[in-house]
Amino acid sequence: MRWLAQVWAITTTAIRTIPQRRGASLATVVGIAGVVAVLVAVLSIGEGFRAALRSAGSPLNAMVLRSGSDSEMMSVLLGDAVEIIAQAPGIARGSVTPGEAAVPLTSGELFVVVDVPKKSTGTPANVPLRGVQPAAFATRPDVKITSGRKFEWGKNEVLVGEGARNQFRGLDVGSKMKWGQNEWTVVGIFEAGGALWESEIWTDARVLQPNYRRGNSFQTVVARLESPESFDTFKDALTKDPRLDVSVQRESEFFGNQGRTLQAVVRQLGFLLAVLMGIGAVFGALNTMYSAVAARTREVATLRAIGFGPGAVVVSVMVESMLLALAGGILGALGAWLFFDGYRTSTLNWDTFSQVTFAFDVTPALLVQGMTFALVLGLVGGLFPAIRAARLPVTAALREA
Amino acid sequence: MKFWPLLWSSLKRRKARTVFTLLSILVAFVLFAYLAAIKVAFSAGVDVAGADRLLTTHKTSIIQPLPARYKDDIARVPGVALVTHASWFGGIYQDASKGFQGVFQAPIVPEEYLAMYPEFKVDDAQKRAWIEDRQGVLVGSTTAKRYGWKVGDRIPVQATFWRKKDGGKVWEFNIRGIYTGGTGTDTTQFLFHYDYFDEARQLGQGIVGWYIVKIGDTTKTAEIGKAIDALFANSPAETKTVTEKALAQGFADQVGNIGAIIQWILAAVFFTLLLVTANTIAQSVRERTSELAVLKTIGFSDGRTLALVLAESGLLAILGGGAGLILGWMAISAGDPTHGFLPFFYFPTKDIVLGVVIVLALGFVAGIVPALSAMRLSIVDALRRA
Repeated sequence: MRWLAQVWAITTTAIRTIPQRRGASLATVVGIAGVVAVLVAVLSIGEGFRAALRSAGSPLNAMVLRSGSDSEMMSVLLGDAVEIIAQAPGIARGSVTPGEAAVPLTSGELFVVVDVPKKSTGTPANVPLRGVQPAAFATRPDVKITSGRKFEWGKNEVLVGEGARNQFRGLDVGSKMKWGQNEWTVVGIFEAGGALWESEIWTDARVLQPNYRRGNSFQTVVARLESPESFDTFKDALTKDPRLDVSVQRESEFFGNQGRTLQAVVRQLGFLLAVLMGIGAVFGALNTMYSAVAARTREVATLRAIGFGPGAVVVSVMVESMLLALAGGILGALGAWLFFDGYRTSTLNWDTFSQVTFAFDVTPALLVQGMTFALVLGLVGGLFPAIRAARLPVTAALREA
Repeated sequence: MKFWPLLWSSLKRRKARTVFTLLSILVAFVLFAYLAAIKVAFSAGVDVAGADRLLTTHKTSIIQPLPARYKDDIARVPGVALVTHASWFGGIYQDASKGFQGVFQAPIVPEEYLAMYPEFKVDDAQKRAWIEDRQGVLVGSTTAKRYGWKVGDRIPVQATFWRKKDGGKVWEFNIRGIYTGGTGTDTTQFLFHYDYFDEARQLGQGIVGWYIVKIGDTTKTAEIGKAIDALFANSPAETKTVTEKALAQGFADQVGNIGAIIQWILAAVFFTLLLVTANTIAQSVRERTSELAVLKTIGFSDGRTLALVLAESGLLAILGGGAGLILGWMAISAGDPTHGFLPFFYFPTKDIVLGVVIVLALGFVAGIVPALSAMRLSIVDALRRA
């Protein structure tokens, strides 16, 4: 108890005297705030990107690609194969046009890119153009039309995702574009709860095929499953079928893997930056705490002379350093959250060679990570000065001061 | 130089502080070096793109192929010195996690491609061996180092798109040469014979990805580009011809403001670090007011006091900043932190110069305020205060 009382007495004194060391303390707080803000901001790019890809996949959907292909763009499935796939067991059935008989819910899809100018720079970007079949809307119930109408099957009409409309030029309802030999009209805009589809333009796959000289071929098939458990039945049936040469994945897993390259780059750069900046900030904190200890030499020596133990001195220095770090951490995390959370942008996804629009996502987990990092910096920055303070020879310190 | 001992002893006054200040300056400039290299990486080689090279792609998008027969038509356009083509391959080496899809793999015409890119340096014997072996591949030194390949190795690459005639997915290549290049040259490419590729692939015979055109007169870029595109106007595969630089800029723009945001953040951190450091230096001078007063008492002139304080902060900045720039340069030259995802990753000379200027500016700015107050110090006041 006495020891705790000592700790309390010295620590409160130390904290009360922080204003006397305003300049150096402030420099530490700002330095750590900067480091935490940067760390959180850079990692929030990766989080937001992952969220856009992750929310695209439903565990109720299965993706079928040609075996060996690891992205939609590289896959080829002939028309016959698409029909065989639709007959596989485990697929949910439903009516895709009101009043018509229930059919297996599968959509053979084409995935290509078209050049559309980016609003921010005016230079062309690879915007994904997806050709779909009628069941596509039943397999992605999140897709909702917010203005205009759905395209008519068989016509050169397109639906544009909210994200694509906001980031690229000339994609509003009513605008016309010339891709290849044909003119296309935007007839509607859709949203999809922030998922990947919002970055895309959708049209009828049958209209797209001749335009891209694809004959009767598709690239992927997405199938709605009866239940998440029927995935294995479906997969086994397809992979054992000698007429097919395909790989089957859950849609959620497939899209989760589609941003590997960008995520790796962001993560590795983020890590490198955090280490470098962390080192810089620790030196800043060390300087501050050493000068704090120096400024308090006489005070510490007096306390030691009247019977306070070295442990209490160590704790007081550490607490001061951690408090400064905590203040910096809160400031930095808050700043990152205020400035970056929800910031919308688009970038090239290197794995699909097409644009993805997404929002920076400062998640609670990232905030916790940032604060933890700040506290580690405070701990390291306080430790050595604390030891020095505790080791001050009392008589020499009193004389020096 | 007789003031060395004086300078030295003032730096030794608080050894820990001097060391930490030096180290934080050092870290700040390592960060600066990375900032410059990341900027280069995100600009995707805009600065090193050849001004005399044009790229002709399909008008709708670069993923759309063009007929191989366009080559002769393009070659006849006045002003065109050389034309060749390349295509996208995108295979997997070992497994997807090895990142080989990120490497530019292309079936090309060997002699023409080397003539188009004279910055790719390859030993004559290796060059001949590569040209003679239909399954031969010429690989950039960065990629060769990354996968531990040497000349003579047989490399199986699994196709993601391009199957062979028998439906096989595995293409085997023999490494016949390893090319190198100066700063800013993309040494990550994996180049093999288009003839072999075209003959062995299951479908798509007679198509290529895009054309690369070398022109004699770089002032005629726009006209020549227009003349090429006019050849194929209203055909099923219309073209779009831009300079290599414009194409690189286009990709940089596609990556978009992510790069810009990372750079802004880094710049903010760099300047925060400088600010904190400058504050430390200034503080260490303020603590020595009485010592400076003593110096003036024993006859140091105002100007000399000013110079002494400036020299001290300058010395800190040059030692720390210089070491930081050198360390940063060394780390960057050792390779990019993502192990090959960024083909352009180097510390540009103009940024090295800028770094040196900032080092000097840091020394001056951090020192000038305390130096001026040291110069103006009235001896009597200062001694009384102490």
